[in-house]
Amino acid sequence: MAADSSGADNPPRGLRAWLYKRFPIQEFISEQLTGYYAPKNFNIWYFFGSLALVILVLQIVTGIFLTMFYKPGDATAFDSVEFIMREVQWGWLIRYLHSTGASLFFIVVYLHMFRAMLYGSYRAPRELLWLIGMLVYLALMAEAFFGYVLPWGNMSFWGAQVIVNLFGTIPVIGPGLVEWIRGDYGIADATLNRFFALHVAAVPLGILLLVALHLVALRQTGSNNPDGIEIKARVGPDGHPLDGIPFHPYYTVKDIVGVGVMFVLLTIVVFYVPTFGGLFLEGPNFEPANPMSTPEHIAPVWYFTPYYAILRAVPDQRLGALLMFLAVALFVFLPWLDRSPVKSMRYRGAPSKVALGLFALSFVALGYLGLQPAEGLYVSLARIFAVIYFLFFLLMPWYSRLGTMKPVPERVTFHEHE
Amino acid sequence: MSMSKPALLLALALASACAHAAEAPAGAGADWASWHAADDVTNLASLQRGARNFMAYCVGCHSLKYERYSRLGSDLEISPEELQKYLIPPGEKASNYILTTMPAADSQIWFGKTPPDLSLMARARGPDYLYQLLKTFYVDPTKPTGTNNLRLDAIAMPAVLSELEGLKRAVFKDEKETGADGKVMTLHVFDHFETLAPGSMTPAQYDAFVHDTVNFLDYVGEPTQATRRSLGIWVVLFLLVFTWLAWLLKQEYWKDVH
Repeated sequence: MAADSSGADNPPRGLRAWLYKRFPIQEFISEQLTGYYAPKNFNIWYFFGSLALVILVLQIVTGIFLTMFYKPGDATAFDSVEFIMREVQWGWLIRYLHSTGASLFFIVVYLHMFRAMLYGSYRAPRELLWLIGMLVYLALMAEAFFGYVLPWGNMSFWGAQVIVNLFGTIPVIGPGLVEWIRGDYGIADATLNRFFALHVAAVPLGILLLVALHLVALRQTGSNNPDGIEIKARVGPDGHPLDGIPFHPYYTVKDIVGVGVMFVLLTIVVFYVPTFGGLFLEGPNFEPANPMSTPEHIAPVWYFTPYYAILRAVPDQRLGALLMFLAVALFVFLPWLDRSPVKSMRYRGAPSKVALGLFALSFVALGYLGLQPAEGLYVSLARIFAVIYFLFFLLMPWYSRLGTMKPVPERVTFHEHE
Repeated sequence: MSMSKPALLLALALASACAHAAEAPAGAGADWASWHAADDVTNLASLQRGARNFMAYCVGCHSLKYERYSRLGSDLEISPEELQKYLIPPGEKASNYILTTMPAADSQIWFGKTPPDLSLMARARGPDYLYQLLKTFYVDPTKPTGTNNLRLDAIAMPAVLSELEGLKRAVFKDEKETGADGKVMTLHVFDHFETLAPGSMTPAQYDAFVHDTVNFLDYVGEPTQATRRSLGIWVVLFLLVFTWLAWLLKQEYWKDVH
């Protein structure tokens, strides 16, 4: 440590000096890492932001290698994926990392979003941060959908059929819009090629831009924390928040532990259960796309099934599609629906806690029901959970004010490490 | 130990009665839908036998278009000489993919459907499905092939393995079931198989034959799967050690945070 502080007195020399004069590396490090103060009371929920970033990198890197061997086109796509799985050196590993990474991305993003709902992170002054995050989520859903079509298996084909046809329910322009999206009268070669372009170029660029904006907005407001109080309100004599610690080294070393744990889980799936019992890679998708043969049950991948269950719970297709869209869009309004006097669930009244618990339960239940055939009890249950899902948002302006709020502490709750 | 002649005869009679019972016990095959392939792609001997079975009985109609003969040889530890001598048909090269010589246009006419490529069948339908399919062919004179299948009703594939398995008849029974709307429906439910004519194999031999063949198809579905599993443990162990060290580093840094 002593060497470090004495180093500050010595001006950089040689290549370093040359570089620092021409590029603001030092400023970036001191402003964004060593000089950026984050609350010291982050708990396990605060790992998922950095984990999402790591998965984004994983997906881009594995995706680049897959692109070297994948051949878009209705006659070549399926064969090229099998070529990757069998004859490209380590191709199977790259492909499984990419396919498992897709599911892991959604697990991490859903937990990241739940964290925001748990501690009121979407509330002022972080509404814009939340909105940009929602755009990332939307872009991610588009990215996952386009990517799912690329292997050109039978579930890819029929999944694309179902999802693209949803746009046909839009009044007046629907049918024309569907044709414009597909580039053909059915899901075909043209569709596959444009989805490839969108998956490997357009949407990833959008995601990268949005993630950068998400981080800029985060640096502007600073992170929320499990107590839901603003650490900037109490600043020490050095001008830094009393409850803040430099992001680097404290959170960089901590996040590396999180990355390690995530990669342990990722590799267990990749090496031992890459299909995850048909949840991450489905059986019917090992049969090539066949417009003449519909799979027994068409279901999207698990991360879309909560919305899919809502779509199928409604007898009218147009209304179902509308409600499905609404189910995603309602997240956008959370900063204004939430009227609780406190941010964090730790200090909120019982109604808010029960509502969030019921919402989480209904999201998971809808996810399960979306994987089941749309019949009998499954549909009835999906209707019940869909109602709970929507009531969570629609009644929030009222129930979020109810119950006894616990007093919010002045300083963050922190248990020192032994 | 010597046995008296009558006792020996009795023992033989009992043994044959038992053997007969084993061939067609009451309700034989009633639980066919829960049969398991019990596949094990690390069993090289089984995979080698499966490859032999495939090249002898399946490749006439079905391809493995993503698998090369040479890949099969190196994965199943079959020497190039043995591969050439026993498995590669005359005129084929080791680097060729395993393709049937039956023209698709002909099979379309003959069977109404081109026999599917089997490279990924075990992944698409599962090994249990294939095992059940190969074990539940039965004589059905109403079908064009003269046979049918419990796993895949109205299957286009004839019972090509019947020379090994023999022919069997499916006995159905009628079961009354009351539907949700209160209507009583009569269901035609499979009860058991009856052997009509024995094949060249005993039931146990045929069962082993099917196990090996399905095991082989499981391997072909994902040729790297054995490597994947044996490699995984080292990757996970490395990451556990890495994570442990990272945690120690984090603890060291966080001592300063009060």
